Amino acid sequence: MSEETAFQAPATCVPGVKLGDILDSKIPDGDPATAWLRRRTGYATVSPANRKKFTVVVIGTGLSGAGAAAALGELGFNVHSFCFQGSARRAHSVAAQGGVNAARARKLDSDSLNRYVIDVVKGGDFRSREAEAYRLGIESVRLIDHMNAIGAPFAREYGGSLATRSFGGVQVSRTYYTRGQTGQQLEISAYQALMRQVQAGTVKLHPHTEMMDLIMEDGACRGVVVRDLFTGKLYAQPAHAVIICTGGYGTIYYLSTYAMGSNASAIWRAHRHGAYFAGPSLIQFHPTCLPVTSPYQSKTILMSESLRNDARVWVPKKKDDPRPPEQIPPEERDYYLETRYPAYGNLVPRDVASRNGKERVDAGYGVGPLKNAVYLDVTDAVKQLGAKVVTERYSNLLQMYRQTIGEEPLEVPMRISPNTHYTMGGLWVDFDLMTNISGLFCGGEANYAYHGANRLGANSLLSTSVDGWFTLPFSIPNFLAPRLSETLPAMNDACVLDAVDRTKARVEALTSIHGTRTSTDFHRRLGDILFEECGLVRSKESLTKGIKAIQELRAEFWDDLKLPGEGEGVNQALEKAGRVADFLELGELMCVDALDREESCGAHYRVEHTEGGESLRDDDHWMFTSAWQTQAPSAFDGNPQMSFTRHMEPLEYKNVHVARRNYK
Amino acid sequence: MKLTLDIWRQKDSASEGHFETYEVDDLDPGMSVLEMFDRLNEHLILEGKEPVTFESDCRESICGCCGVTIDGHPHGPTPHMTTCMQRLRQFTDGQRLRIEPLRAGAYPVVQDLMVDRSGLDRIIAAGGNVDVDAGSAPDAEALPVEHATVEKALDFAVCIGCGACVAACPNGAAMLFTGAKLLHLSLLPMPKIERNRRAERMVAAMEGEFGACSLYGECSAVCPEEIPLTAVAAVQHERLGALLARKL
Ligand SMILES: Cc1cc2nc3c(=O)[nH]c(=O)nc-3n(C[C@H](O)[C@H](O)[C@H](O)COP(=O)(O)OP(=O)(O)OC[C@H]3O[C@@H](n4cnc5c(N)ncnc54)[C@H](O)[C@@H]3O)c2cc1C
Repeated sequence: MSEETAFQAPATCVPGVKLGDILDSKIPDGDPATAWLRRRTGYATVSPANRKKFTVVVIGTGLSGAGAAAALGELGFNVHSFCFQGSARRAHSVAAQGGVNAARARKLDSDSLNRYVIDVVKGGDFRSREAEAYRLGIESVRLIDHMNAIGAPFAREYGGSLATRSFGGVQVSRTYYTRGQTGQQLEISAYQALMRQVQAGTVKLHPHTEMMDLIMEDGACRGVVVRDLFTGKLYAQPAHAVIICTGGYGTIYYLSTYAMGSNASAIWRAHRHGAYFAGPSLIQFHPTCLPVTSPYQSKTILMSESLRNDARVWVPKKKDDPRPPEQIPPEERDYYLETRYPAYGNLVPRDVASRNGKERVDAGYGVGPLKNAVYLDVTDAVKQLGAKVVTERYSNLLQMYRQTIGEEPLEVPMRISPNTHYTMGGLWVDFDLMTNISGLFCGGEANYAYHGANRLGANSLLSTSVDGWFTLPFSIPNFLAPRLSETLPAMNDACVLDAVDRTKARVEALTSIHGTRTSTDFHRRLGDILFEECGLVRSKESLTKGIKAIQELRAEFWDDLKLPGEGEGVNQALEKAGRVADFLELGELMCVDALDREESCGAHYRVEHTEGGESLRDDDHWMFTSAWQTQAPSAFDGNPQMSFTRHMEPLEYKNVHVARRNYK
Repeated sequence: MKLTLDIWRQKDSASEGHFETYEVDDLDPGMSVLEMFDRLNEHLILEGKEPVTFESDCRESICGCCGVTIDGHPHGPTPHMTTCMQRLRQFTDGQRLRIEPLRAGAYPVVQDLMVDRSGLDRIIAAGGNVDVDAGSAPDAEALPVEHATVEKALDFAVCIGCGACVAACPNGAAMLFTGAKLLHLSLLPMPKIERNRRAERMVAAMEGEFGACSLYGECSAVCPEEIPLTAVAAVQHERLGALLARKL
């Protein structure tokens, strides 16, 4: 685009929604390829002697939180690091399997920084910032060096150089990995670096502690109120800056590939204080999850899509084919991804693979006892490469399948089905990762950055790590530099007491309902509504239905929740109830966002906006990020009547040619 | 499917604990042990009773949160498998199970089946890390590593920190855990540089909180990641190496 046209906000079809402001991302003008380098060089700094005078709170110890806390500690800032698990090492980053992208471009497969940026922006279906993709690519180079140095044993070729593989949605090989446990190795390395700072005294660790609320003063964030999950004690931690790195909220669908404790609470509290929530309904469903098999199943397990490098996806050509898969000859198998998308085949992006899988299942070709799955077949690869090679590449994935399903994947094709996996949506942040609340930053999966409407495989370990290690450690000092004279709020300041009182009131509100249904019960029902009405496929009708159903469920929750005990001591049911209460509010906003956005893009697939079965973007009207504001009369203790305002950040692409995604 | 559970209940670390018996009869053989606790807790909450406290997060055997002792087996009767992956199909309908927390002197009970394993974090803080600040690392390609060496480092780096090894040890030793970290880092070129300093610090932290090793080998027998006993031997080896280096 050479000439800028004035941005025209499209009207909304959602009753009650107001149109708000045009947002400024603070990306420096000029070439997006150099925007980050120019921004980084221009940042103000804090002198080493003054750094310990600044207190920074980091919520979360995943790749983003542990990285930010460790790096800021290394620089000499006074850091407080929080996580809800008993040890910082247990953040859900540990579960990532496949790998981490890096635009190192050392091979002769024509990879380059530009190609990487094109892949990211195209993968995100032109709903993300071009300049941010450049940042990822640029910082990815030293990220690999750093993680390698601090202990991540990246896979190596026999000659000793780093090994790579290719991941869904791209045609080059730029994914670095450690067997099928890349997230674990990156997370453990980051955790070790964090513990090194704990030992050095720069970081104070608060494990088993949950963020309950923000301390707010004159519209700025001044710290947090937390609850020690071992003792039930509430306390305040004032800070000059707060960074929320609490991961994704896909658990809102009840069954997901997330951890049991994954939640939206920290970002949702921030949102209720005015931090905009961008793209809440942009949620990725992963095509290769283990299918649901038991009625009381508490989660679904992911099989890394790296398997799609060596596995072939198929269903029988005949409906309700009773034969076991190994007895169905090749010509009677429908390798639907290979035939429909010859260029990318089994490596099409996740949303395409998920929707096609769901389409086959809905059309009656599903396999397995509940007919809710498709085959993911490595037996051809075993024939070609041998069982040893396949095992070395995917040992823990294959083992997990054996343990969970009780079948041998090297001999019998595995069964998979799509499930909730990644939330592109999150707090709106500017180029410095600061929300629209002064002093409140957000990193990792919890923010809306980089990935637009759809995240490419192996790009989140990268973005979370780059946020933590190589973005926040520059932008936080820049924010703090002019604030040397600012003192922290004292424990008896009104803003601190207010925040503690709000938290107490909420705990009391939850424990005093004395109803008849557990929070798990409400959570499961919310998940069912969202899967049905705001899942892989959405329509005006389904979303309208979803909004009403969620409002009713939320009213029922605040009327009929049953909780054991009071707020004192360990109370896991209370922890869960607080998270479900927040989900019941966020769920409504997700449906509103999905209903409002009258186009299909990336993971957001509206039946009204398609062409030949493929999603149809509307760049003329919707090439912007929706950043939502929620207004509600009461504080957080009770069922709010919410109303919403859509703020907008227009997107423009200077280097990447805007085109429709085409994986055929 | 129905199971009878004798479950350890303990209000906090200062209180006495005791077993209480529960019957759960709406179970399915495909469920995990933790999903069985979920069911039980749903019933308890609806009956106005205190649910059983237990830890879990990823439920795919990688975060290391979960772990209870079932009939004396840390994590459960199926060897080398975290509690979250232990399926009910291994039990017979009507069976009685005795469920306790992971037991070790270094693991105070927080409540019921939840224990405090922060001693393991203190071993890592003491030296299970690498003295390189962000931004100062050399090019990863400039330090070639043999394929087999990385694979070997990974065999030890896979430790999930669940701490079942300590609970399985009659002495409550943390040798397998500590040795796995020492080996993981000693095999890689950059981390190897501070190998001696690391060994001294980690071993000192380990001995401060955990028991001594009498080579029972129970640790490796329960390890969900099947970390071999070489890790235990490595503690002595790395410690001696550090001692020698000091003498030279
Ligand atoms: C099964 C699985 C496989 C994946 N595989 C890949 C892959 O191969 N490649 C890839 O690039 N990406 C992958 N991803 C995505 C990627 O792992 C995540 O997006 C990323 O690790 C998230 O990191 P994070 O730092 O944002 O959050 P997390 O690692 O989720 O950390 C969240 C932290 O916040 C804390 N926290 C949360 N809420 C609160 C609260 N209210 N109070 C206090 N603390 C709180 C938690 O304790 C935790 O420490 C995968 C994801 C899953 C689920």
